[in-house]
Amino acid sequence: MTPETLSDIWVYLAASPLLALTMTLVVYQAAQWLYGRAGRPALLNPVLVSVVCLVAILVATGTTYQTYFEGAQFIHFLLGPATVALAIPLYRQFEKVRRSALALIVSLLLGSLTAMGTALGIGYVMGLDHVSLVSLAPKSVTAPVAMGIAEKLGGLPSLTAVFVIVTGILGGSLGPLLLDRMKIGDPAARGFALGTASHGIGTARALQESEVAGAFSGLAMGLNALATAILLPLIWSFLG
Amino acid sequence: MLQALTVILLCQLAGEIISAASGLPLPGPVIGMVILFASLVIRQGVPKDIGAAGDALLSNLSLLFVPAGVGILQHASRLKDEAGAVAAALVGSTLVTIAVTAFVMNRLGPGRRCRRPGSNPAETRGDQG
Repeated sequence: MTPETLSDIWVYLAASPLLALTMTLVVYQAAQWLYGRAGRPALLNPVLVSVVCLVAILVATGTTYQTYFEGAQFIHFLLGPATVALAIPLYRQFEKVRRSALALIVSLLLGSLTAMGTALGIGYVMGLDHVSLVSLAPKSVTAPVAMGIAEKLGGLPSLTAVFVIVTGILGGSLGPLLLDRMKIGDPAARGFALGTASHGIGTARALQESEVAGAFSGLAMGLNALATAILLPLIWSFLG
Repeated sequence: MLQALTVILLCQLAGEIISAASGLPLPGPVIGMVILFASLVIRQGVPKDIGAAGDALLSNLSLLFVPAGVGILQHASRLKDEAGAVAAALVGSTLVTIAVTAFVMNRLGPGRRCRRPGSNPAETRGDQG
């Protein structure tokens, strides 16, 4: 096979969604295998490893993100149904959730304000411009909501999406280590903290710990989306 | 399986319609989650195939974030200039948020005497006072 036919095949494949879709699945499963094989170290978080590998492949082959996304959108689409499906672990744990309603509301409000306040505070001190700041502030909220909030306040939604994913990876990988250090063993508190700070990726991690942690995490993700959508515009106009 | 997926998609679709029509700041899927939750409460149980479809979706939840994460490509130049500040804000804010939320929840929550995940739930009851 000559190099010309090889690149012809590449061009042909790159034009259909099949290649990006298959590539994403293969890379993710390889990343998961590596993660399990290496003893689940925080740095080898499968989302992080997959993103780094895929970015490297796209850059090396000169493929644009738009071309990649034509295939990857089929995976991206499933985020919606998966969010709906979070109702299932929540229902299964409903009794536990109801018993701690007051604790949940207080923790949520303090957690949500902390997430926005510290992001804005640290970003401001470090000299971020207006656009970056407002794109950063909703970073703890699930991607579609965060993007909507950022857009409304004059940020860049696609930049917010990146901040949201990085926040999720950070929370999902470092969060459990921090919680271990704080000697917090209660699965409800662990899950709720992971979901408040790092939305769906934190919830994915919490689901691996236990269904209780996953249910509280999914609940926190939904509630923090609501809290941030209401509070951030108020805080932002107050800071003016 | 097909029925279960249809139910989940119908919940999402209803959520999207409510979100668009009401101007609520919540996205369709989150409203869809509330709708599915409410119907499970009314049915008083999770139908077997819906449980299976949901578990299949949720067991690979982190895969679903990969395509959005690759979007970092589009912002390479802005991020190059602001990498330090952004990294400090993301790491600092995320860890402080987890610590504050878990601390408060652990202080107030019903599981505050739990030492280990999954330890006896009976002893965590009735100690609200």
